Amino acid sequence: MKTIYILWLRQLKRYFRSKSRIIGSLGQPILFLVALGFGFGPIYAKAGGGNYIQFLTPGIIAMSTLFTATFMGIELIWDKEFGFLKETMVAPVSRIKIMLGRTLGGATVAVLQGLIVFVLSLIIGFRPVNWLMAPLAMVFLALIAIIFTALGTAIASKMEDMHGFQLIVNFLIMPLFFLSGAIFPLNGVASGIKYVVMINPLTYGVDGLRAALTNVGTGVGILGDLGILLGVAIVLVAIGGYLFSKVEI
Amino acid sequence: MNDEKIIQVNKLSKNFKDIKAVNNISFEVRKGQIFGFLGPNGAGKSTTIKMLTTLLHPNSGEIIINGKNPVKEPDAVRKAFGIVFQDPSLDDELTAWENMEFHGVLYSIPKQIRRQRIEQLLKIVELWDRRKSFVKHYSGGMKRRLEIARGLLHHPKVLFLDEPTLGLDPQTRNNIWEHIKELNKKEQVTVFFTTHYMEEAERIADYIVIVDHGRIISQGTPSELKKKTKTKNLEDAFIKLTGRKIREEEASSMDNLRMRRRVWGRRQR
Repeated sequence: MKTIYILWLRQLKRYFRSKSRIIGSLGQPILFLVALGFGFGPIYAKAGGGNYIQFLTPGIIAMSTLFTATFMGIELIWDKEFGFLKETMVAPVSRIKIMLGRTLGGATVAVLQGLIVFVLSLIIGFRPVNWLMAPLAMVFLALIAIIFTALGTAIASKMEDMHGFQLIVNFLIMPLFFLSGAIFPLNGVASGIKYVVMINPLTYGVDGLRAALTNVGTGVGILGDLGILLGVAIVLVAIGGYLFSKVEI
Repeated sequence: MNDEKIIQVNKLSKNFKDIKAVNNISFEVRKGQIFGFLGPNGAGKSTTIKMLTTLLHPNSGEIIINGKNPVKEPDAVRKAFGIVFQDPSLDDELTAWENMEFHGVLYSIPKQIRRQRIEQLLKIVELWDRRKSFVKHYSGGMKRRLEIARGLLHHPKVLFLDEPTLGLDPQTRNNIWEHIKELNKKEQVTVFFTTHYMEEAERIADYIVIVDHGRIISQGTPSELKKKTKTKNLEDAFIKLTGRKIREEEASSMDNLRMRRRVWGRRQR
């Protein structure tokens, strides 16, 4: 337990100490909220969708959690490069604990990042429908964070260096984000895309978050979302843990 | 020094595809010894250290460290050694104190003893006054000293040092070896080191094993090695034993990372 705690603590300390990184990684979600929110708002309203900021905000919160979580996982590469990983690998602790500590630390940071975006969204006019549902929203945020930190860790365990990083951003993270219903409603998309959307775990994260914050859910319902995310989280943590235990340095 | 063996290596081999990186080597390290493990690039030094420190599994042969086999009881062996890697393995974003704390918790040293030992060790390596500085503000020599202190925090029986003085100026190198010798005496810790600086090895080591192409080609005390090769110093003895040919190692992705780190320094963070 103490092992997991100290690894978790390390991730948090690193996060709070790099103020420039916190601010830097808020740029994109704010831009998306403001530019898309106010840009598409009138069209969205005209099309009969209602208030676009209400629709968009859960998506953008999910996005910033997705990005932060994946990067926190992939940060493992830096630890390989800067040597710190070796220090943990020769310590008398199991690799599973190391992986869990790192993943929980990364996920906590990703949740914090999502919460900051949530607070900022209140400033530009987002209003949760029911504050009593906030704890449930936190659960969804945490699940998104754990899933994608574990995914990042799994990828980083297999990557030799940062060369493939751009590839992962453009061919994995961006598609996951755009095809999750984060920025536009999914009813009516072409059937080919629909299947991609259905196998994308972020879809259920965005849907659950939106249902918890604005009471508008679609598809499998809020409990369905929860179940699917839990399942995916368990599978991905297992895969991440397995691949991490095979890392050779 | 006594006759008790702290490390026993018996017919150890490791292959990577069809390359025999380590080929049937056997040697022993006595308790309290300062043991030099020398060889040109690509001789199999790092592979051997990785096997000794549980990071790699041997293809054949046996290792016993402090009475335990690293393949069968990795955690027992891990508790018995400390290591300073060739590349720094500190967290730059943490302070010296925090790096030590982290290590202490990983090795489950009880809080009170941990605090006490951290203070004692940081004082020995003269970093106590700088314990609250971030490691990123440390010089190369300070980082090395901190790593040595950290490697000793859990009171290991053996301290592995993989090129501990690489890239440091002569003052710092001397200073580091003085610390190592002092700790070897004070803490009764066995020191297993590699280096490319032969004059250091000659000065420090009680016993030396020279490897090349994955095999042991000679061993003995520095003076025995000089006598065997009829040379004046260890450097000449080393060259005579291993030849003048320059070894080419294929660059691994890790080397590339290392290179980039040197080139861009800390701009990444």
